[in-house]
Amino acid sequence: MAKETKTLNLNFGPQHPAAHGVLRLILQLDGEIVEKADPHIGLLHRGTEKLIENKTYTQAVPYFDRLDYVAPMNQEHAFALAIEKILKIEVPIRAQYIRVMFCEIGRILSHILNVTTQAMDVGALTPTLWGFEEREILMGFYEKVSGSRLHANYFRAGGVHQDLPKGLDKEIGKFCERFPKIINDLELLLTDNRIFKQRNVDIGVVSKQDALDYSFSGVMLRGSGVPWDLRKSQPYDCYEQFEFKIPVGKNGDCYDRYLCRIEEMKESVNIINQCLANLPVGPIKTDDGKISPPPKKEIKQSMEALIHHFKLYTEGYRVDKDEIYTAVEAPKGEFGVYLISDGSSKPYKCKIRAPGFSHLQAMDYLIKGHMLADVPAVLGSMDIVFGEVDR
Amino acid sequence: MQNIQDLEKILNSELNTKIKSSLIKHNQVYLKIDEADLTEVILFLKTNPKTKFRQLIDITAVDFPENEIRFKLVYLLLSHEFNQRIIIEIDVKEKEVVGSMTSIFPAANWMEREVFDMYGIDFKDHPDLRRILTDYGFEGHPLRKDFPLTGHNEVRYSHETKKVIYEPVKLEQNYRNFDYESPWEGTKYIKELTKE
Repeated sequence: MAKETKTLNLNFGPQHPAAHGVLRLILQLDGEIVEKADPHIGLLHRGTEKLIENKTYTQAVPYFDRLDYVAPMNQEHAFALAIEKILKIEVPIRAQYIRVMFCEIGRILSHILNVTTQAMDVGALTPTLWGFEEREILMGFYEKVSGSRLHANYFRAGGVHQDLPKGLDKEIGKFCERFPKIINDLELLLTDNRIFKQRNVDIGVVSKQDALDYSFSGVMLRGSGVPWDLRKSQPYDCYEQFEFKIPVGKNGDCYDRYLCRIEEMKESVNIINQCLANLPVGPIKTDDGKISPPPKKEIKQSMEALIHHFKLYTEGYRVDKDEIYTAVEAPKGEFGVYLISDGSSKPYKCKIRAPGFSHLQAMDYLIKGHMLADVPAVLGSMDIVFGEVDR
Repeated sequence: MQNIQDLEKILNSELNTKIKSSLIKHNQVYLKIDEADLTEVILFLKTNPKTKFRQLIDITAVDFPENEIRFKLVYLLLSHEFNQRIIIEIDVKEKEVVGSMTSIFPAANWMEREVFDMYGIDFKDHPDLRRILTDYGFEGHPLRKDFPLTGHNEVRYSHETKKVIYEPVKLEQNYRNFDYESPWEGTKYIKELTKE
């Protein structure tokens, strides 16, 4: 007697704790084997690109915080760089250092979240508790410098909004002294952990060729053995002046991607340390009065400053007619901004290239033939944040 | 290492009839081509050993409602080997169907779905052209310039019917779009008066 089999359609999400946000996955299962995965995204779509077309350049910055909300400043960076390149603004060196430093803090923020939640998805709770304590401290630095823990709105075209408050550099230095030990603790819990390895080694393997074809970037690409990092290959701001290594994986599985993230955190600490050691003194934004607003003190005395302040916060600065694509190495991969300006104070078009979008697209290819229980492991190692996937 | 000027030369000599115009700006090559040549050019860029644009970074469209040919489709490619970026542009009419890139780059699948969703541009031979970012049953194409910022429908949970319902957008205050552009240069009507 022949056995009758039936494929089962399973609806995963949109409110599942392991979906890392609002992902709806339609899974076709044959027993416990996944035959097909169809991700339905867009449940967090807020029309960011449409909104940016209707706001001035300064008003558009906070929208970038709300994309990948675990590493907000890295995205502001891409937008600021795009405007700077069009307007040909020189950014003061101190501002560049501050920006690099906070981008690396963002990278640590994002990687802690990813590594620890991935561990939680496969059954380990402690790393999350330990890691999130450190995230609190890092978000404290965000708050001290910008006034908010998450949605910083700190980077501007031509520099940053404010200088570092007094003593913050020492605090960050202290954190950098302590943090490598925390990474070590996390590694002790995970790297040689039998369960963690069983759940991640040889799961979601991506070959070099497929990583390129599916336009992977960041850790997803490096995990498969492609040594590519925009901080090295197309350096922006002052990344050329720092010495750091790019960890590259060998097997392209979930475990290698985890290892890459751990190593990248160590490198980030290294970069922050170099920033602090050589932090130059000087202005923190361009002195072009048509782009950066005058200091508060001057507004009280100078008519000129008052006019500039008024114009910059109503009409905003104008950006010449141009078209540009700028990308930065965000924690999750290549984050790009394709900007078309038409000479007015609002962007004509601003396309946001989110790394997570391409990564999630490959879900079907990655999970085919794996077990149902591997879905959260693969999803976790892809480092998906729905703010940026859905935009 | 070849520099960006060499790349432009290679492209112009090997694809000369297919290129409408090429330009180097911001250390990137901007290429304008015809829709009919798209597949061939992209395949050339991907496979030729002198270019090796192995990665499709993004596909997007731009809407120019006042132009006769309304849309501009933009393909962004990256070559890891030579560390170069290229931006390919084609002009697309409103109801024109464009060839899909999914057979060359699997990554094009969702990118084309997004363009279809946001701008309503159709792709020929796309395996699965559905909406991607907007709601199930959504109407219209939000990134077109004639689509209102506030949209058409809003969603709420209705206690009477015990389910989520769709209603036309009601706003307490309309979206205010101030015209800040240099008031001291004279408002438009004064300029128009003085011209006549």
